[in-house]
Amino acid sequence: MTPPSPSSSPPRPRGKQTIRIAGGQGFWGDWLEAPYRQVTGGPVDYLMMDYLAEVTMSILQKQKSRDSSLGYAKDFVPLMERLLPILAERHIKVTSNAGGVNPKACAQAVGAVAHRLGLGGKLRIGVVTGDDLLSRLDGLLARGHQLRNLDTGRPLRDVRDRVLSANAYLGAWPVVEALRRGADIVVTGRVTDTGLTLAPMIHAFDWRPDAWDLLAAGTVAGHTIECGAQCSGGNCLKDWQGIPDLANVGYPIVEAAPDGTFEITKHARTGGRIDVAGVTEQLVYEMGNPAEYITPDCIADFTTIRLAQAGKDRVRFSGIKGRPATDKLKVSVAYFYGYKAVGTLVYSWPDAYQKAQAADHVLRERLAGLGLKFEAVLTEFVGADATHGPLARAGAALEDLPEVQLRIGVRARDLAPVERFTREIAPLILNGPPSVTGFAGGRPKPEEIVAYWPALLDKRMVEPSVEMVDV
Amino acid sequence: MKRRQDGRAALRRGKRGLVRLTELAHARSGDKGDTANVGLIALKPEYYPILVKQVTAARVARHFKGMIKGKVERYQLPNLHALNFLLHGALDGGGTISLKTDAQGKVFSTALLRLEIKP
Repeated sequence: MTPPSPSSSPPRPRGKQTIRIAGGQGFWGDWLEAPYRQVTGGPVDYLMMDYLAEVTMSILQKQKSRDSSLGYAKDFVPLMERLLPILAERHIKVTSNAGGVNPKACAQAVGAVAHRLGLGGKLRIGVVTGDDLLSRLDGLLARGHQLRNLDTGRPLRDVRDRVLSANAYLGAWPVVEALRRGADIVVTGRVTDTGLTLAPMIHAFDWRPDAWDLLAAGTVAGHTIECGAQCSGGNCLKDWQGIPDLANVGYPIVEAAPDGTFEITKHARTGGRIDVAGVTEQLVYEMGNPAEYITPDCIADFTTIRLAQAGKDRVRFSGIKGRPATDKLKVSVAYFYGYKAVGTLVYSWPDAYQKAQAADHVLRERLAGLGLKFEAVLTEFVGADATHGPLARAGAALEDLPEVQLRIGVRARDLAPVERFTREIAPLILNGPPSVTGFAGGRPKPEEIVAYWPALLDKRMVEPSVEMVDV
Repeated sequence: MKRRQDGRAALRRGKRGLVRLTELAHARSGDKGDTANVGLIALKPEYYPILVKQVTAARVARHFKGMIKGKVERYQLPNLHALNFLLHGALDGGGTISLKTDAQGKVFSTALLRLEIKP
């Protein structure tokens, strides 16, 4: 390890045994500067980067079907080009699901970059696969695995011919295996966000597969940092105006101990804020039943978490309990659903809201007159009720709004009605209610809808695989 | 008489002594398919019992009437002084299907904070 630089965080409070895992990306599209700042702003041992959302997998599958060398988060490669020399010098390891539906190609691309940087022979990349079920779907269905939709109960065969991607969520253990085999960088397919943080802890502390409380603790740590700065001051409602220097917001770092306690902190001289209130906001984000946070690795009980402010920008977690993992894995299937389009126009004072409402009536009458069949037509008045609906309209001074954006969206299984709808917005500028503007973007474009089908699958049907690539 | 020490005295009360939830709690929301979740967190520990008593699943369902199609479930996290609400059928199909501006339910949190209760 390099000695801590002058800009490093305060010394680790609980002995050398702790490890520091830095969250570098909360989603594909997150702040490009964050990972660089995480590895240069002070000591860290691991950099965790989550890239995959449900819809991302189907986009990547489409790219791979056009070019078999694609299908991963392309941004990861230039990012690694920037970071690799620093990572190598400071012995920082990376866990990332940037591999998407083609982790091997992603690893090869990173390997090529490493060669160019003169790091040949100095780097090992671990590749985790086995999550991709697309080519195995018919076999699984034939063997009676119905992959019923968790929300609707329908069997997958109902949409089988429209499936674009199908991936099981793998947990931490294959990532641990890659780390044990000496990987400096672990590139995975659909590994859970939490598994990418839990794996370094299992590896460093040699936690057992049935140490449920410890695995739950690592899972909670993963949940806390998986959305990047959303636990360190970003998108934080409580006292939001008092959160300092979001322009330089510090991304989170887990400082984990072998006993399952950990602290969430950030590098010194960064913006944002880490306190109990903000961390609590992140803990309840996307929460279901808090007593049963189910992952492939364990069931974590969020009602057992104890939080304490342990210093400035430092929250301590303890008391976390877990239960045995289930015998199922979650599967995420993406399938083609249909088309949608959204058009907008802006109406100005006076009577902005009323003009926008009148335009909506005109447009709907024309759509009905054309006999177009939509699955849904949704009108929102941005500036009046788009986000809070009738709750916002009650008691608001809607008659005096300076401007209102009419936002109208349609959805259909077929392209034709959606396409026709997109031609009905612009005419309103000249043949509808007055004081209208804001059409600079041109005619709205129909979008393909790729929908998401969550299901469960017997764990024994999925065999994760770990491969090492020497650079 | 000694003033009540539980902090309720300082609350800004509106008509009929009602207090907006935003005076008592902060919140964050997200999505799972067509379900939005709202985590409601007491601004002070002593507010938590008020939330438990007054912000019931039935009350939240009434608040969001016309905005959600399914039922409301509530879970308690006394350790975090927080309640978690699941609003089913809140997102016009959810994720990529939804036509809503707030397709991922990100600001159902602040919509809940409009609720008025009597502490």
